[in-house]
Amino acid sequence: MSNHQDPATAVGYVDPPARKGFFTDTSVCIGCKACEVACKEWNAVPEDGMTLTGHSYDNSVGLGASTWRHVAFIEQPSEGKPPESPPNDDSAGAPAVGLGMPAMTRPGADTPAEERTPFRWLMESDVCKHCTHAACLDVCPTGALFRTEFGTVVVQDDICNGCGYCVPACPYGVIERREGPAGDDAVGLAQKCTLCYDRLKCDLEPACAKACPTQSIQFGDLDELRERADARVAALHGTGVADARLYGHDPDDGVGGTGAFFLLLDEPEVYGLPPDPVVTTRDLPQMWRGAALAAATLLAGAVAAFAGGARR
Amino acid sequence: MTATQPGTRKSRRRDRAMVPEATFTSYYGRPIVKASPWTADIPAYLFLGGLAGASSLLAAGADLAGNTALRRPTRVTALVAILGSLAALVHDLGRPARFHHMLRVAKVTSPMSVGTWILTAYGPMAGLAAVAEAGRLLPRAVADGPVGRALPGAGRAAGAVAALLGPAVASYTAVLLSDTATPAWHDGRRDLPFVFVGSAAAAAGGMAMLATPTAHAGAARRMAVGGAVLDLAMSARMESAMGLSAEPMREGRAGTYRSAARVLTAGGAALAAVAGRRSRAGSALAGAALLAGSACTRFGIFHAGQQSARDPRYTVVAQRRRREAREE
Repeated sequence: MSNHQDPATAVGYVDPPARKGFFTDTSVCIGCKACEVACKEWNAVPEDGMTLTGHSYDNSVGLGASTWRHVAFIEQPSEGKPPESPPNDDSAGAPAVGLGMPAMTRPGADTPAEERTPFRWLMESDVCKHCTHAACLDVCPTGALFRTEFGTVVVQDDICNGCGYCVPACPYGVIERREGPAGDDAVGLAQKCTLCYDRLKCDLEPACAKACPTQSIQFGDLDELRERADARVAALHGTGVADARLYGHDPDDGVGGTGAFFLLLDEPEVYGLPPDPVVTTRDLPQMWRGAALAAATLLAGAVAAFAGGARR
Repeated sequence: MTATQPGTRKSRRRDRAMVPEATFTSYYGRPIVKASPWTADIPAYLFLGGLAGASSLLAAGADLAGNTALRRPTRVTALVAILGSLAALVHDLGRPARFHHMLRVAKVTSPMSVGTWILTAYGPMAGLAAVAEAGRLLPRAVADGPVGRALPGAGRAAGAVAALLGPAVASYTAVLLSDTATPAWHDGRRDLPFVFVGSAAAAAGGMAMLATPTAHAGAARRMAVGGAVLDLAMSARMESAMGLSAEPMREGRAGTYRSAARVLTAGGAALAAVAGRRSRAGSALAGAALLAGSACTRFGIFHAGQQSARDPRYTVVAQRRRREAREE
């Protein structure tokens, strides 16, 4: 299958609609998590633990069986000048007397400007990539995972037998077998973003894109989104944001390009994305040949084991 | 922190000589690819499948050579092992009641689908061959009847088919593991099938040495020693070719299993070669060591993969190197 062929056409859809996808522009993400919530609401995805990680504002940690949209919060020392010293509100009055009470000061107010660390936030709403060459789909032994007419990849809950093979196959670590809560219909089944297949069927945009207040998540025809993304990167480069780059947009990458691609402001791994993902099925012909050769070796070895006895 | 983290992992000196310490960036050290949800069922399934496949080869050879003492236990081993393998696989499923959904499709891109069909063809053949051994337990009237008389021939035919499919049963599982984004499994893809068939031969040979009088176990001994040598040689070659992801093969739980596998397989093979022919006890001990060594090989490789998936270093550093090499 050629990298540049429409994936829906490649699997036999006759005259499918234009390939649909997401362009997630992280430069305008404000980390509001509206997408996470909208996704859970629409798709009836259960909560995935209300625990705090303690390392950032991120409490949902990563994509998984119960997190189909995930907002990454990256607190990062940035280059450039430290922030200006805030005005000292206490300068007019008498010196404060320490009463041992919790103080209400601004963060950084007690630190000299030269000691302050320049700092930036990066936020990224992550989602299933809906790869052109999808490893999860390739390795699924039941046909539960299928390619839709929109070029996206969806799991059929009534067919999945929970073998879990798609889980280690995904080069992005997206798909996962749901382990709880008890009583949930999808426990034991592989789960991930469907790109709101049910909404697409009714000409609606996916819930996350609908809920995004900043147009960080843009939904549409993939060809058009790619053009929009190119223009956005050019505009950012023009304003001096040299680190802006696209991720997953290239049809010649290891997965044939993704249906959900991203504008990032740093290296992919900073956001928890693999730097050079490859659909492992690409190496499958070589692997089958190796297995066939090994099988032949075992057969020959067995013949030799008996022939060795006859000789003696 | 997302700042560049120096490689914090303490590697042993011999590792450091081969793989330079790598700095890398990640999202709070979170894994990038997901470890498989599989538990001990899957390495057990790999081990038992190998044991079954190679046992069918021994059984067919023994049948052709007229070696009943070797044929009987190897046929029974093949059936019991493949049933155990199947039980482990079904037990591992998130929805075991839907096992039959595996039979909806046949996909060459899914090693698990291919494997399901190999097992579907192999299992009944191994079963029929084992059932033929039960002929002597039948009442006289039945044994002398048409069924009793047809059994040996049917057993021989079924056993031959099982022997031809056995090598596939033993080797496809290597592709099953390699066709994933799990660094240690994918990086070992070239040599893993040979490690697995070697390990399978060692296990089947070992089991047959346990169950067969030494005078009749010559072929089993030769298969066991040959398999052990192949397993050890290809494991060493695989580790040296894997690059960064060879590290988890030597560390933690995987490292413990791999060390045990090496000692048991090498020790078992040496004992089989030296004392296998002369001493019944030595033969049995060698067989048991080879069986245990084969199981440790599978558990070691399984856990190495799981460890390599849980640490983002093995995904990020290897992929960055690949990308940089391409861009140069």
